Parts: sequence; C-alpha cells; structure tokens
Amino acid sequence: MMETVNNEFVIGQVQDFLPQIGRVVLAGNVELAVFRTSDGSIYAVENRNPHPKGGPLAEGIVSGKYLYDPLYDWKIDLRTGEVQAPDQGRVAAYPVTLNGDSVSVSLNGTAVHS
Amino acid sequence: MSLEREKLVLIGNGMAGVGTLEQILKLGGAYDITVIGSEPHPNYNRIMLSYVLEGSKTIEDIILNDLGWYADNHITLHTGTTAVRIDEASRQIVTDNGLNIPFDKIIIATGSNSFILPIPGNTKEGVVGFRDIADCDAMLAAAKQYRTAAVIGGGLLGLEAAKGLVGLGMDVTVVHLLEDLMERQLDHTASSMLKAELERQGVKFAMGKQTVELVGEERVSGLRFSDDTVLPAEFVVMAVGIKPNVQLAKDSGITVNRGIVVDDFMQTSMKNVYSVGECTEHRGVCYGLVAPLFEQGMVLAKHLCGAATQPYEGSVVATKLKISGVDVFSAGEFTETAEHTVISSKDEWKRTYKKILLKNNVIVGAVLFGDITDSAALQKLVKQGAEMTDEIYADVMGGSGCCGGGAKKGVSVAAMADEEIVCGCNGVTKKAIVDAVTENGFTTVDEIKACTGATRSCGGCKPMVEQILQYVLGDSFQESAKQGICSCTTLSRDEIVAEIQAKGLRTTKEVMHVLDWKQPEGCSKCRPAVNYYLGMLYPDTHEDEKESRFVNERMSANIQKDGTFTVVPRMYGGVTTPEDLKRIADVSIKYDVKVVKVTGGQRLDLIGVKKEDVPKVWEELDMPSGYAYAKSLRTVKTCVGSQFCRFGTQDSMGMGALLERKYERLDFPAKFKMAVNGCPRNCAESCTKDIGIVGNDGGWEVFIGGNGGIKPRIADSFCKVKTDEELVEVCSAVMQYYRETGNYLERTSEWVERLGLEQIKSAILDNADNRKELAARIDFALAQVSDPWQKMLKDDKTRTALYERTTV
Repeated sequence: MMETVNNEFVIGQVQDFLPQIGRVVLAGNVELAVFRTSDGSIYAVENRNPHPKGGPLAEGIVSGKYLYDPLYDWKIDLRTGEVQAPDQGRVAAYPVTLNGDSVSVSLNGTAVHS
Repeated sequence: MSLEREKLVLIGNGMAGVGTLEQILKLGGAYDITVIGSEPHPNYNRIMLSYVLEGSKTIEDIILNDLGWYADNHITLHTGTTAVRIDEASRQIVTDNGLNIPFDKIIIATGSNSFILPIPGNTKEGVVGFRDIADCDAMLAAAKQYRTAAVIGGGLLGLEAAKGLVGLGMDVTVVHLLEDLMERQLDHTASSMLKAELERQGVKFAMGKQTVELVGEERVSGLRFSDDTVLPAEFVVMAVGIKPNVQLAKDSGITVNRGIVVDDFMQTSMKNVYSVGECTEHRGVCYGLVAPLFEQGMVLAKHLCGAATQPYEGSVVATKLKISGVDVFSAGEFTETAEHTVISSKDEWKRTYKKILLKNNVIVGAVLFGDITDSAALQKLVKQGAEMTDEIYADVMGGSGCCGGGAKKGVSVAAMADEEIVCGCNGVTKKAIVDAVTENGFTTVDEIKACTGATRSCGGCKPMVEQILQYVLGDSFQESAKQGICSCTTLSRDEIVAEIQAKGLRTTKEVMHVLDWKQPEGCSKCRPAVNYYLGMLYPDTHEDEKESRFVNERMSANIQKDGTFTVVPRMYGGVTTPEDLKRIADVSIKYDVKVVKVTGGQRLDLIGVKKEDVPKVWEELDMPSGYAYAKSLRTVKTCVGSQFCRFGTQDSMGMGALLERKYERLDFPAKFKMAVNGCPRNCAESCTKDIGIVGNDGGWEVFIGGNGGIKPRIADSFCKVKTDEELVEVCSAVMQYYRETGNYLERTSEWVERLGLEQIKSAILDNADNRKELAARIDFALAQVSDPWQKMLKDDKTRTALYERTTV
C-alpha cells in the first residue's frame, strides 16, 4: 500500500499521527520520529537522540515547534533539528509534504545531516 | 631535601576558627593544617541553630564545611577530641584521647560555653543551655514530651530559644532579671515594643525576677524566685550569657582575664599561639557576636600569610534578632545620655520605631524595630563614624512617601566604594558582588550567596546585597525577583491553582493561554505539572492529556537509555503466588527480557522489553499495572506479620495489600511509597516511606514524610490509632492533603518540611470534620481510576500510534 518514488516515502494519513505525540516510522533504512504539532503541521526527524548517550526521540514532549527529548530533556527545534542552548547538537530533519491527508517525507539528500 | 610545610593546628572547629582557615586558604597560605574539635560534627553555623529549633532549617542545612571540604583542602580533622594542654617546650598539643599533635603555630578558637547560673538544682535533668546541636536536640526532644518550659534570660539567645519552643507547641515563660528585654542591645522603647510583639506570638514573661533555685526531684519541676514565688516548668533553658572557654589556655600558662588576652594581631602571651573568636579578649572586650569574630579572623589570616594588614582595633557591634516576624536591629550606642543628640520616630499603629544617636554630630548608634530596611545603611554609617548631613537624614529618616524611596537607596549603594566590605562575616566586597552578578547573569540573592558566600553566615547583610542586586539589574530586578514554577511563567503553584479554580480553566492549553505563558504550549516542566493540578481539582471531568505526560507515564512503562522499556506488574503487599511467578517466567522467556530484577519495593521488574512488545507482555501477564513509572502509589512494603511471624502483633501483609489495592492508580504530586510493619521491629523500614505504619499490640502508629532517596529523611511520628478503620481514614486524609497542597514533583519529605508537621497535624488530627472531608474527596477521586494497561489494550488506535513502528 505504501509507495516509494525517488526516495519519497508516503508514511500515512494525517490522522495516523496523534496531536503532539510522536510516532516511529521506518522509511527505507532510516528510522524516523514523526510529530504532528498543535497547528496541524507534521515534522520528521531521525529517531536518534543527539545526546552523546543516544536513545530515541519519538517519546518526547512537544511544545509549539519544539521537542523536549524524553531521556535528557534537551530542547530541539523540529523544523531544523537544531538543539537549543545551553545544549548543543543537531538531529537530521527531513522535509514533509502534505497532499490532502496523505503525508510524505523526502529523504533525498535535502536532509540536514549532522 | 624537601621543604616541610609549617604545621598549623586549629583548636576549636567552629565558625571563628574555620572562618580564619578559609581566609588563609584563600590567601594561599602554605601550611600543613590540623583541626581539633570537641563536637562530633564538622563546622556548622551556630547562629542558625535558632532556625533549626524553629523548624525552618535542618542540621544538614546549617553545615558550613562538610567533611569533603576538609578532605579537599588536605586538612586533618579530629572530631570528638578535646585539646587539654599546649606543651610549649616539646611543641605538642595533648588531647583528652591521648593524642600528641605536633605544631609550629596554633590558633585557639575554643569559643564559649553557656553560663550556667550557680544555683542549687542546676544539674537536674531537664536543664540545658542553648549553644550547640546537642542543646538544640535536647530542646526538640523535650518539646515532644513536656508541656511547660522556662527560659532564664531575656537576651538575644533566650528570646530565640523561647520563640523556638513556643513554635514546638510548649508553654514558655521567659524569666528576666531586669525590667527590659535585650537591655544590652535595645533602649526602653524598643524593648517594650519587642515584649508586646512576642506576647502576641504566645511567649509569656516574668520580668524583674531573680531565680534562686531550680526545684524538683531528679528532673526539674520549677523555678523558685528570690520573692519566694515558684514558676512550674518541666524544662529549663539557661540563656543568661556566655563564658569564654579558656580552660586550655589557662592550663597551658597563657595569660587569661575574662577571655584569652591578645594583641592587635591576635597574638597571645605564648609565642606562635594565636586566638580568635568568643574565647578571646581584645582591649578588654570579649565579643559574643559573629561579625567581630570574622574581622579578627581576617586580620589573623593575613598576618599568618605574611600579607599586609591593618591591626585589629575592635568592632562596632550590630545585632539582629533572628525570630521570624520580629525585626529588631541595633548598632553602636543605643542608650541616650546628656551628650547625645537624639533623632527618633515611633509609629504605634504600624508598630515601628527608629532612633539614631549623634555625638558631636557624628552618628554613633541606632535602634530599629519593626522595619529594618535601613539597617545595612545605618550599620555602615555607625561603623564609619559618619557625620550627619541633610542627605543622610533624608535618606534614613525622610520621606517614607511614594516617590523615590528606592531611588535614594540606589544612590547610596552607587556611592559605596568598590572595596567596601558588604558581608562582614565572609569578607565579601561590593565589587565581588557586582562582578558576580554581571559576569554570571545572577538574578537572585541565593545565586550570589552560592558564588561569593555573602549573606551565608548571619544574613544581616541581605538587605544590602539585595540593594546591590537591584542597583546592578536596574529595571529587570522586580521581574526576576519573582520565580514562577518554570521559565514559562512568573506564577507560583498556589497562584496557578487559585486561577484555575477562580476562572474555571479546563485544559493546560487554556491555563497557559489565559495566564499568559511566555511559551504558549509550556515546557516539559510546567505541562505535566498543570495537567496534574487539573486532574487533582477535577477528578471526574478532567480529561487526562497524554501529550502532557512525561514519557514513562504516557507509555505506562519506564524508558531505558537504549529506548527499551521495563514492565513491573503489581504484587500487592509484596506477596505473589507460584502461578503468577510461573507466568512471569514464561512471558520473560518468550519476549527475551534482558534482566529480571527484584526491586526495592518487593516486586519484580522485567527490564529491556522492546517498545512494540510492551502491550503484548501486559496482555500475556494479565496482571494489574504496578505503576512503577508513575507519580502515584508505587508499593506498600510489608513484613511477614502476625500471620506467620512469632513477633507479629498485627497482620501487616493483609493491611499492606488492602492499602495498596485501595490507593493504587491515583495521581500524586510525586511518587509515593508506603510500608506496613507487624511490630515495632520495623523490618519493612517504615522510617523511609511517605507513609510508614508500625503495628503494636493495641493498634497502629503512623509515620509520615520519610525518604530514603537523594535527600534521606527519617519519617515523623504522626499519630497512633486503635482500629484499622481509623488507620485507613488517617492515610486517606494525609494523602489527599498532600495531593491538594503539594507542589508537583515535591516528595512528602519536602512537603512536611515546607508546611510543618504541626500544620498537617492540626488540619487532620485536630479537625475531625476536615479529616472526613479529605477522606471523602480521595474516595471520590479513587472511584474514577482504572487500570491503564487494560485501557490501552482496548484502544487500538492509540496503542498502535504509541507502541508500533510503521514500516514503509
């Protein structure tokens, strides 16, 4: 049912993603943490904690366009993957497009890699 | 050949001596240091014993240098050791426990002892001084057992002791020889106002009374006065004064008057032996307050390190009474004579009083009562011997009106020289404080205290430090002074809860919007907190917000650093069955659980369950959630009890299981642990639980506020009950009171300290109606909860979204 076009992955319908609660999606060989913010936008970042000790991100608390990571409480900008001061780091963020209710993520080299 | 360091020995492990060592270390003094102290504790802040007695601080809070400090600075510490003699010839100090400690230089800082009146009966049981932790402990213990107390001495220490004992629920009478309280620091007017204020706070007074005998059997039962009247008292505190502790110096042949005689560089009559603090007499004066001791220490430290120093020329003494709600201050001369010019104002309605004494137009003393905002400024003026000018007059006496009060103070702080010492106790200059604020972006006095040490000892300079902070921060001061629950808001917990109720707010979003949160959707600190407060206020209608829960509570499982989870099923009262164990074993094998761990709460933890397997593990275990992930009742630990144990007097396993079933699943401000014991042997360790229950032959004893975690605390005895029904009612009331008044994430150990045991007792034990209402409210809340694992297994959409990984 899911289709892949040029490393574009359709990852589901908007309603599959609960507001402000992350969901884990394996797209190709990249594990994503996908979030629907309260304004209805969807963001996808790699499900890998930028903290040196690692771990997941999908279970964090979402506030506006920011994520508080579930293990070390780092604050991360979902739009860019940038870790906010006083901590430092970055997680790969991937562009998401909505086509009606259909959600797709592009893993084409546009990802912001750390 | 290595160059050996000189051996410096400090005799007396108190504030004056250790303060001197701190200065020496700061100046880089190259000494091999040893400290000998009679008390079994490291150096603590003796001045703050009043706060310990009052209950606003613990002994731990007032430790100034913990054992780590001695180790870090390579200082050898002998506690519980008393030096008995200095042998000048062999250069050794002889101690009571047989040590011979070699020295090159010595600092004697043996302090002082309570002066015990030489009257018959003064050695009876129940008679103490008020000098050290042991005295403080004795007073705390007495308050639990006895009702009436007398404090002999209406000076600083006596009044602080009396107020402390009143706070502990005792009926206290202060007995004073003269007609005026604190006559060595206050004039008649201030003294009368002080007495009236303390009477309002419940302290009784017997003025102009001379105690001639302490009556009673083995234990004291009363005081007999010179007019032959008797005051009954089961506990007596002697606070008539202090006596420099000079025994060691005397026995070693050092010149002693009232105190150990020193010159302007703190040198005693014996070569290489110095003395600082309350045991010392300088130019005929023995000081009993802290600031002079630190000034002496500064001079000595510089002298010992070979740094240039002015000689010590005596101190201007300022006093502040440390009783909350009673502000008294005096500095320099306070009793007027014909040669003084007096400026004074008294406001009987606001109960404030201010007096400044001038001699040849020089400011020589001041007394303040009620409002001591100007204490820092006046102390400085007295110390400098400043001449009175129109500006100063306007500053300290003038326009308490609307405009510019603050601005004027700003000017006086601005005019201070950089090198002027603000905190006399710790030698912190204005510049050090200004630098600390500007370099580190500090916004609170506490931050300044942690960094520079200012306000750390007596706290007298706090108004001045606040003014400096205000001066540096300018307009941003007010805003930063008020701390909200997190950086999203300036509102406190109580304000938020009140607003939710007043405005009928229903969701975290609404709360944050209406109360003008800086970050509209809050942060990981405030969202879970507000969600909790909403659930506590509206147990039946609040829709729990999963997105406002911390990961563990949202997932009903504990996340581990690799992203796997743990699963802990209930084992009510720590009791399981072979069938359940078998199932746990089978499921653990099937889902490849990495470790099965026996927890501290008497149950089993399946560690390393993959996220997508978590619901399957629940389903196959088919047991209730153990809530090991929640701010909720964790476990009720039990001992074997009367069902099997030959010592058991109560059925602890049965009661434990009953309580765990009754209170499970409900949200609390923080995690909540209980224990039930069948007898006072207390095998299930009630003393470290939020509620600990100990069975005895006639009923149960309840303890609250225990903690074995980050900051251990032994639980307080709360009450004794006879029946199981009473026990359940008390537990219900305590839990609900905690739910309604606790700050989110605040454990009961902190909660009990913050509210005070007495307040909790009076709300629950002294008020049967309130107790029943609390119990009814928790029962109502308990009726709304259900097992989260079962709920999740039935909710396919949420379960899939939360636990499963989509592959595309």
